[in-house]
Amino acid sequence: MTETIKTKFTCRDVRVHYGDFEALHGIDIDIPDRGVTAFIGPSGCGKSTFLRTFNRMNDTIDGCRVSGKILMDGEDIYDKNLDPVLLRAQVGMVFQKPNPFPKSIYDNVAYGPRIHGMTSSRAELDNLVEKSLRRAGLWDEVKDRLKLSGTGLSGGQQQRLVIARAIAVDPEVILMDEPASALDPIATAKLEALIDELKERYCIIIVTHSMAQAARVSDKTAFFYMGDLIEFDNTDKIFTNPGNNRTQDYITGRTG
Amino acid sequence: MTDTSFTSEAALKRLKKRRGKEWRFRIWGRAAIGFALAALAWLLISIVGTGYTAFQQNFMTLEFELSESVLAPDGTRDPEKLRGANYRRIVQTTMYELFPEVTDRKAKQELFGLTSASGATNKLRQMVYNNPELIGQTINVTVPASDQIDQLLKGYIKRDTDESRRKVSDQQIAWADTLKERGVIKKKFNRILFMNPDSRDPELAGIASAVIGSVMILVVAFVLAFPIGVGAAIYLDEFAPKNKFTDFIEININNLAAVPSIVFGLLGLAVFLNFMGMPRSIPLVGGMVLALRVFPTITIATRSALQGVSPSIVDGALSLGASHTQAVFQQKLPLAGPGILTGSIIGMAQALGETAPLLMIGMVAFVTEVPNSITEPATALPVQIFLWSDSAERAWAERTSAAIIVLLVVLITMNGFAIWLRNRLEQRR
Ligand SMILES: Nc1ncnc2c1ncn2[C@@H]1O[C@H](COP(=O)(O)OP(=O)(O)OP(=O)(O)O)[C@@H](O)[C@H]1O
Ligand SMILES: [Mg+2]
Repeated sequence: MTETIKTKFTCRDVRVHYGDFEALHGIDIDIPDRGVTAFIGPSGCGKSTFLRTFNRMNDTIDGCRVSGKILMDGEDIYDKNLDPVLLRAQVGMVFQKPNPFPKSIYDNVAYGPRIHGMTSSRAELDNLVEKSLRRAGLWDEVKDRLKLSGTGLSGGQQQRLVIARAIAVDPEVILMDEPASALDPIATAKLEALIDELKERYCIIIVTHSMAQAARVSDKTAFFYMGDLIEFDNTDKIFTNPGNNRTQDYITGRTG
Repeated sequence: MTDTSFTSEAALKRLKKRRGKEWRFRIWGRAAIGFALAALAWLLISIVGTGYTAFQQNFMTLEFELSESVLAPDGTRDPEKLRGANYRRIVQTTMYELFPEVTDRKAKQELFGLTSASGATNKLRQMVYNNPELIGQTINVTVPASDQIDQLLKGYIKRDTDESRRKVSDQQIAWADTLKERGVIKKKFNRILFMNPDSRDPELAGIASAVIGSVMILVVAFVLAFPIGVGAAIYLDEFAPKNKFTDFIEININNLAAVPSIVFGLLGLAVFLNFMGMPRSIPLVGGMVLALRVFPTITIATRSALQGVSPSIVDGALSLGASHTQAVFQQKLPLAGPGILTGSIIGMAQALGETAPLLMIGMVAFVTEVPNSITEPATALPVQIFLWSDSAERAWAERTSAAIIVLLVVLITMNGFAIWLRNRLEQRR
């Protein structure tokens, strides 16, 4: 066996219902521990829905039910005894629209560590905030205005602030739902460079509508279509030699 | 074929019609606003017009000889005796000395009527009681003129009406004019209006007990209604299961906000007074009744403030591993704060203006003392207005309007503060 990368998430027959509507029809997938996995597919195919199953954010939606098995490092994350609060500390999330808290930049990053009691002194917290902002590539831009509101930053800076905020809790996984869709090309390029760096440490799952972006940043790509996983393979394989006609049609722009 | 170009005749006609519609709507809107402003102006002019003169009142500065033979004929300084002494006699003597030529009994009585009999005697009694040393001295004291003289000098009692049809005689008019000329009678800022409790004599009546009563009622109402209202809203919005029962509760809270306030008064009467046996006329009960009245307002304001907070903020907190409670209390509630505060202040302003429920629980009592605690009888500002407006005399009408002005000023201040607070807190985002 030459496979060296561990599996982070093992999904078996994952179905998600919104009320009576079945949005995902039994997904089986193994997501690797390191690197970037991209989810692509036409609008409404269930990418966001699937992404939210990994940190149980679907629990907060009324009428949403998840069935099937999702194992993280071999443990069932839908186990009755598992508190989603602890899961979410390990699985961070970045949303489509940057959503910094209307508080200072410092407090934004410090919020997670504070609620989890991760630091015992102010100096330690200062360090953690700086480290997180550095990792998110934002430190140099904001180090002189940590006390200013996070909502006063540009869209791209806000998105990196939100990433810093997620990193500060020291997660193992970072989920990103169309993180660049509200950003201009330059901010997008910065974000992609950041993702490239982060993938050494974290398992990153990213939903994107940009084929080029998926091709640039991801190692593996999953193509979804109307609630089904059509194809999941190495990114270069998907984009050069897809095994399925639907995938081919989608990436060449004939559907979606 | 229809011509679809934007410059065709039909298109231009449609455009004109659209413009006409917009124009008519603007006119309509302006007319509505003009009407509202006119109504407001009319209210202000009529009330301020009758009430502003009450902020000044005519006072007489007189020389009183506190002779021992009248006040303490036995030479002792026993406080109880000093309290019961014949101060009226002192005031009479002083008044008679203003015009020594008057000897006729009836004329003397009229002369005495220039001053506020109880106003002057009460003031002297208070001074002597506090400082018995004064006995034997001659002191200058400023006392209110009688309400009739005050009204006369303010021009509300017309001199050219027939003597038999006014309460002030020609003789009294002549005296009042002379005293004004001599500088004995002077118009001054009316502290009585603000410092005194209610009285049977208009020249001595003030809104102090009503204002203190209102403040106590509002404090009680706020302390009860704010936590209940905000708590109910947070629970309903964030934690309650969404089912028929919570829908039912929601509808009922909305209905409660629209229930006529007299119903709350009846409820208070039945529950707090008759069933629980609490005393009538006290601010505690008034506050409890008004808490029922305003808590739905606070709940509704809080819910709309909570719903106005972007869900992405809560999602952000949850995705970091915050519990639902943490996300709500640490992120959502602070953002809803301005809306909650504004809603609460407006609710309190509503409570300040409430009259009917207070009448039901007996807050119409004639209270001549400023209450010291929430369990002492008190009245409230709007109730005081209601009570005074019932009296026919001109002096009461003036004071009624003055009390309304005070109430309006407080209301405008509260609402203005709410707007200011909202703007300020929102800028900080
Ligand atoms: N909260 C919800 N309630 C009911 N149905 C929902 C809800 N969220 C999503 N759906 C439905 O589930 C399906 C999948 O939605 P989802 O948002 O996961 O799609 P998506 O692939 O992320 O689309 P997009 O690319 O537009 O973001 C859609 O048919 C959508 O209508
Ligand atoms: Mg989506």
